[in-house]
Amino acid sequence: MPGLQIDGLRIAIGDRDVVRAVDLAVEPGSCRGLVGESGSGKSLTALASLGLLPRAARITAGRILLGGDETVTPDRDRTGGVRGSGIAMIFQSPRAALNPVLRVGHQVERVLRRKDQHGDPRKRCVELLGAVGLGEPDKAARLYPHELSGGMCQRVMIAMGIASEPQVLIADEPVTALDVTVQADILDLLDDIRSRTGMGMLLISHDLSVVAERCESISVMWQGAIVEAGPNRTVINSPRHPFTAELVRDLANPPNVTDRPPQPLPARPADHPPAEAGG
Amino acid sequence: MRPLIEVHGLRKDYRRGGDMLHAVDGIDLALMPGESVGVIGESGAGKSTLARCITRLERPTSGRVFFQGVDVTDLSDRALRRFRREVQPVFQDPLTVLNPRWTVRRLIAEPLKIHGERNAERQVDEVCRDVGLASELMTRRPRDLSGGERQRVAIARAIALRPSVLVLDEPTASVDRPARRALLALLKRLQSEYGLTCLYISHDIRTIAETCGRTIVMYRGRLAEEGPTTAILNSPRHVYTQILISSIPRIDGAGAQPGRLKAGPASGQHLPDTGCLFAHRCPRALPECAAGPPVVEVAPGHRAVCVLAEPAGNHNGVTPS
Amino acid sequence: MGLTGAGFGAGRPDGTGPAAGPGRSARLRSELRQHPSLVVGGVLAAATLIVAIAGHIAPPHNPLALSPGHALAPPGPAHWFGTDQFGRDVFSRVLYGLGMDVAIGLIVAALAFAVGCAAGLVAGYLGGWVDDIVMRVTDILMSFPSFLLALSIAVVLGNTVRNVIIAVTIAYVPYILRLTRGSVLAVRGADYVLGARAVGASRSRVMTLHVLPNTVGPSVVQATLLVGWAILDVSGLSFLGVGIQPPSPELGVQIAQGASYITSGQWWVSVFPGVAIILAVLAVNFLGDYADDKLRGRGS
Repeated sequence: MPGLQIDGLRIAIGDRDVVRAVDLAVEPGSCRGLVGESGSGKSLTALASLGLLPRAARITAGRILLGGDETVTPDRDRTGGVRGSGIAMIFQSPRAALNPVLRVGHQVERVLRRKDQHGDPRKRCVELLGAVGLGEPDKAARLYPHELSGGMCQRVMIAMGIASEPQVLIADEPVTALDVTVQADILDLLDDIRSRTGMGMLLISHDLSVVAERCESISVMWQGAIVEAGPNRTVINSPRHPFTAELVRDLANPPNVTDRPPQPLPARPADHPPAEAGG
Repeated sequence: MRPLIEVHGLRKDYRRGGDMLHAVDGIDLALMPGESVGVIGESGAGKSTLARCITRLERPTSGRVFFQGVDVTDLSDRALRRFRREVQPVFQDPLTVLNPRWTVRRLIAEPLKIHGERNAERQVDEVCRDVGLASELMTRRPRDLSGGERQRVAIARAIALRPSVLVLDEPTASVDRPARRALLALLKRLQSEYGLTCLYISHDIRTIAETCGRTIVMYRGRLAEEGPTTAILNSPRHVYTQILISSIPRIDGAGAQPGRLKAGPASGQHLPDTGCLFAHRCPRALPECAAGPPVVEVAPGHRAVCVLAEPAGNHNGVTPS
Repeated sequence: MGLTGAGFGAGRPDGTGPAAGPGRSARLRSELRQHPSLVVGGVLAAATLIVAIAGHIAPPHNPLALSPGHALAPPGPAHWFGTDQFGRDVFSRVLYGLGMDVAIGLIVAALAFAVGCAAGLVAGYLGGWVDDIVMRVTDILMSFPSFLLALSIAVVLGNTVRNVIIAVTIAYVPYILRLTRGSVLAVRGADYVLGARAVGASRSRVMTLHVLPNTVGPSVVQATLLVGWAILDVSGLSFLGVGIQPPSPELGVQIAQGASYITSGQWWVSVFPGVAIILAVLAVNFLGDYADDKLRGRGS
């Protein structure tokens, strides 16, 4: 089925494997969550899907398909053409992703022009900004990023992301830097866009509760490998891998009175093959 | 029983560009001995400013701060020495708050030396044991420690003089997730062992829920709601609190929705400052909100500053399950 | 648990016990390799210092002894640097004068450092009207080129060694003061100052124990450079006749006295003192470079 499909992806930096044999799929219209700590390799996996790996990293094995077409392979891992052609990404720090010297409307229009959209880019830009929940979008379009709040900047980034009408949107920690009330708004917005356009979404976060609330299926990444994957309820209610279990425990229960450190985790992910829980 | 800390009508203003920012805008607070109170709010709520005013690291613009009945609002740093023994802050990021050139031992011994304690070495060892700091860490410098260890050093430094009150500003913010549970458990244990009264500041209701019996909700420098933590979590009465609680991502799926914030103005400048400050973002705002919301006692010990809040017995709308 | 290797030393800090780390001579060699400025500066400085001290204690000839019969003898076996118009041995005079200038330079730099640091610390930390007054005075002083300022002060005070030292010091204090104050302003808002206040540290304690150690570094480097500047300024003032007076064998004075003989071919009276000044200032600048490297934690 089309959508985003990652098969056996391996990424290395220098001679170290930082992403090992990752399998991941995002069906159209669905939301898959990817949970892991910083350094677990989730962002690199996302960047690889857009051909945006940093220079020091390279794909050593596996492939990525979008809509059934092979877009990324070890030989072709840095194609600018992949971006904007069916897949888009939004990042944690919206202010850092926006150009501080250009008005936000201009930045959205640039994406629209690059995609050769029919219709007037300016009008479409205002429509988009309204669709992502900015009040008075025509006025907002004329503002610079520093004049907007964090939540508003994130909405602009979402507008830029969906401007190219992608099949799949990757959201890498989209709400981590935002207040919790704004978080909920933004996640609602993403859900809304998904249901209206049939776009698939990969929601990446270190916070299991964010992912658990919004995603139908969850993959857990630890030290470069997927250690657990499955439907939301199954992963949350009966986690197989100790890391997943620890994440779930952190959220569900208050801590014990003693402050003993948590159970040590196995040294290498190879000790615990990915626990495929159901479909 | 008299409150340990009392705050009346506290205001703190800052000049930002050409405007006056009312970081704290009329807060009343009372901390009873042995209590553990949480202050939650999002960015701009004024929680950290409140913490700095209570610990007198800043001087309030107006209002009074009392410790054990003594007015400490206008005292100079020198006059506050005794106060400093009793009321200690724990900051968000220990890395910046601890002198990077000093060793752990010297950092923890400093308050003891300043206040002329005789057996400084022995007391340092004792407090390190209580806080769970291994003795080989004593000769290291803060940047060589993990986030959790650093915060333990900061806590040891704060409790070395056996204060009565700890004011903790986002104590787990700089600590990685696996170490957070242990740190909160440590704080709870220390609170009972050392007989501490604690004020926790956080944007994360989950931290407060684990540690505090009573919670205060702040919005843009003012009180929105105050009450037992369980009441705040399960039956919030202020619309902002309802939205805040329901916005917290839940592992068992999104709960009932009391509405979402209305979109804010495009440029942050023209925010209203009369009447209810939340009204312009409130999905259920009424014309009377502009006149200034009343303080409603919705239950004993639970009050909300909202026109829609009704006294005990009436539910004023959707509450998250 | 997140410990870097930085805390782990091989062998005990006092150097006793099994030597698990590199020996002292190996470390010195590696230091010299990483910092060539240390080599050059160190050698020059050592040579200058030895020569200056030796020249002061036991000059080959009496620097002040007149010997009209041997006036203006060119450099040769008896007088390595020749003699001046009074028959005095130039070599001995240069050694003696070098010692004088280096000593004066060190004194000026030390005084300027002490006064500048203290004033900069107080002005920067206390702020308010104290800072305003100090900065206005500093601005006034810095609006003059330092040499001219020293010149004016020296003229007013009179031509003694003590007055020259005072004049040049006054001209230099503003630079150290500004540097220190700038560092203090940066550190004053640092959170560890807040942390120290929180445990009850008094203002003076915060200033001396927390602020000062973290701000004094750049000023130390600047002070080493000041030694070189001072040598140049003092000898310059003396050359012009407003500083140290003849018959003192100060290097500037010597250059002045030999100036009129250059055109008639007796170059050695002025040139050797000049070269001595150059070498001394170079030595100081290289050492200052090394100090700067250390401060920034890099190899040159």
